[in-house]
Amino acid sequence: MVDFLQMVLSGIAVGSSYALMGLGMVLIYKASEVPNFVQGEMALLPVFITYMLLSSYGLPYYIAFPATLIFAFILGCILEFAVLRRAKEPNVLGLIIITIGLEMLLIGFVSWKFGAEQHVMPFPISTYDAIILGDIFISTLDMLTLVVALIIMLILFLFFRFSKIGVAMKATQQNENAAALMGIKTHQIRMITWGISAVVGSVAGLLIAPVLMQPYMMWDPMLKGFAGAVVGGMTSLPGAVFGAYIVGVVEHLFGGYVSIEFKSVVAFVVIVLVLCIKPSGLFARHYVKKV
Amino acid sequence: MDMKRDYYEDVQFFTSGAIAFWLSILVIGLALFPFVAKNYYVYVANYMAINVIVVIGLNLLVGYTGQISMGHAGFFALGAYGTVALMTHAHFPFLLALPTAGLIAAGFGFLLGLPALRLEGPYLAIATLGFGITITQIIGKIKILGERQGLHAPELTIGPWHLSTDKDFYFLLIPITILLAVLARNLVHTKVGRAFIAIRDADIAAETMGVNLTLYKTLAFAVSAFYAGVGGGLYAFVLRFIEPELFSLFMSVMFLTMAVVGGLGSMMGPVAGACLLGFLDLQLRNILELPYIGQWIKALSESYFTLTGVSNIQMIVFGSILVAIMLFEPLGIYGIWIRTKKYWKMWPF
Repeated sequence: MVDFLQMVLSGIAVGSSYALMGLGMVLIYKASEVPNFVQGEMALLPVFITYMLLSSYGLPYYIAFPATLIFAFILGCILEFAVLRRAKEPNVLGLIIITIGLEMLLIGFVSWKFGAEQHVMPFPISTYDAIILGDIFISTLDMLTLVVALIIMLILFLFFRFSKIGVAMKATQQNENAAALMGIKTHQIRMITWGISAVVGSVAGLLIAPVLMQPYMMWDPMLKGFAGAVVGGMTSLPGAVFGAYIVGVVEHLFGGYVSIEFKSVVAFVVIVLVLCIKPSGLFARHYVKKV
Repeated sequence: MDMKRDYYEDVQFFTSGAIAFWLSILVIGLALFPFVAKNYYVYVANYMAINVIVVIGLNLLVGYTGQISMGHAGFFALGAYGTVALMTHAHFPFLLALPTAGLIAAGFGFLLGLPALRLEGPYLAIATLGFGITITQIIGKIKILGERQGLHAPELTIGPWHLSTDKDFYFLLIPITILLAVLARNLVHTKVGRAFIAIRDADIAAETMGVNLTLYKTLAFAVSAFYAGVGGGLYAFVLRFIEPELFSLFMSVMFLTMAVVGGLGSMMGPVAGACLLGFLDLQLRNILELPYIGQWIKALSESYFTLTGVSNIQMIVFGSILVAIMLFEPLGIYGIWIRTKKYWKMWPF
């Protein structure tokens, strides 16, 4: 039983970073209808910039981390403004290809600049600290990830409910033409959505970096976040969070009880099974095409 | 541009004398190539031919049927491991093992096609992507497939003919490539091909016209997987050594890239894309040894970047090509060709 609880808790902790990636993807999917493969790299570049600020320029954390998030926001906006908006006759495949292209571009640039080797990210919390609750123990970093993820979700919830931009975003996602007629600058709103998504992703990146920091570090969280978002239905923010936690927990339970070797692929088996039953995910209303 | 007047004009192989002329030049050129080129370039040609096979198959699925696959490395791996395992463990002759492995891959393609019937867009992308990753992980755990250590391809003998060098293999590979390309080209002009195109353009309309969606969608996956499987089986003998890490997600993405850069939904496009990107891929792997730019890149890396990461320039180049193609010419190389042809058609007026 203790084992079980331990695994569920670790799963939830890992699921938190997946959930942040998934949230980022869903935000963008709702705004631009593109599965955003560059999500991981929109976080990767800011994380390496932080690394540079902290270790080469010796800036303190309280300057470096906010600077990173601002950089991430600008990066997201630039990608949308300079590339995605310029696409001719965009269809799903074309947009996927563009994001893959951007992803290769950014990952290539980062690994050329910083080399392929493992780096050590300076971080205020040691990765070896742990909190012990009875028989269960959880590392402080995991706990921090969990808390930060919950705070971000709360902020997003409040943002979409009460802020003017948040409501405008929801309006744009629901019906772009109607939103534009109501005086919302939909292009701008979409750009800001990309920026916010990059910020959310970068937070996940910053929390992953102390454990693993090399150019391919965001691949796995991005794919798992995507898988989680697909389980949840790609168009629902709570669905993405729920799906990501499912992926994290299932992965850990499978790793603990069945086979540690196939731990990283079980997420994809889960999504294929879920999609066979509910083709649009668990939380999205199934979209029936009208002729 | 070119109007078709009757059915036979649509299905005929050489649409004009010029095409017949240039194609025969191409075939003669391919036949003479290994006698004039250096050994390394024969290897490059082999590598390109394999990409051509896979990308033609992928194009049948993505370009003609309109389904997304990000898991073709999985089929490729199935073909490669299938061929080698059948030859070493079951002692199949090569010419039997290759199509058998292709059929195994096609079987898996059929299985993947079943969930794909209900999925589209990002859902299909993640499902196929998951398949590609899962297959290589599973192969890496199977004992007779060499686990993580990989497998060595056996000696290749067909009848009295012993293929030991790249040049020998070239003469086996190129006819197979041409055969498969012609098959694909003809398939598109049959009932099946027209059903694929109808599904791509409007699947509901196709269904009301009597196209069996279940049959043709799974068939598209199976045919495409067969091509990837055959390509994989041949690839094992180009490399002579295969390991699970080769068949990564990056490879699936590369195949998709080649198809898109070449131009989806055309026959010439994927061939051009596969050749161009396959060539670039091999050249950029040792970018520091290239004449002229090699030195410059080295100096640049030492002062501003790192030398260990220099191979990643490949990613930057491919990424830029992808983005540029999608932004400026969504039809890829084929689109550029069409526009050039149109522009010069009335020359000099």
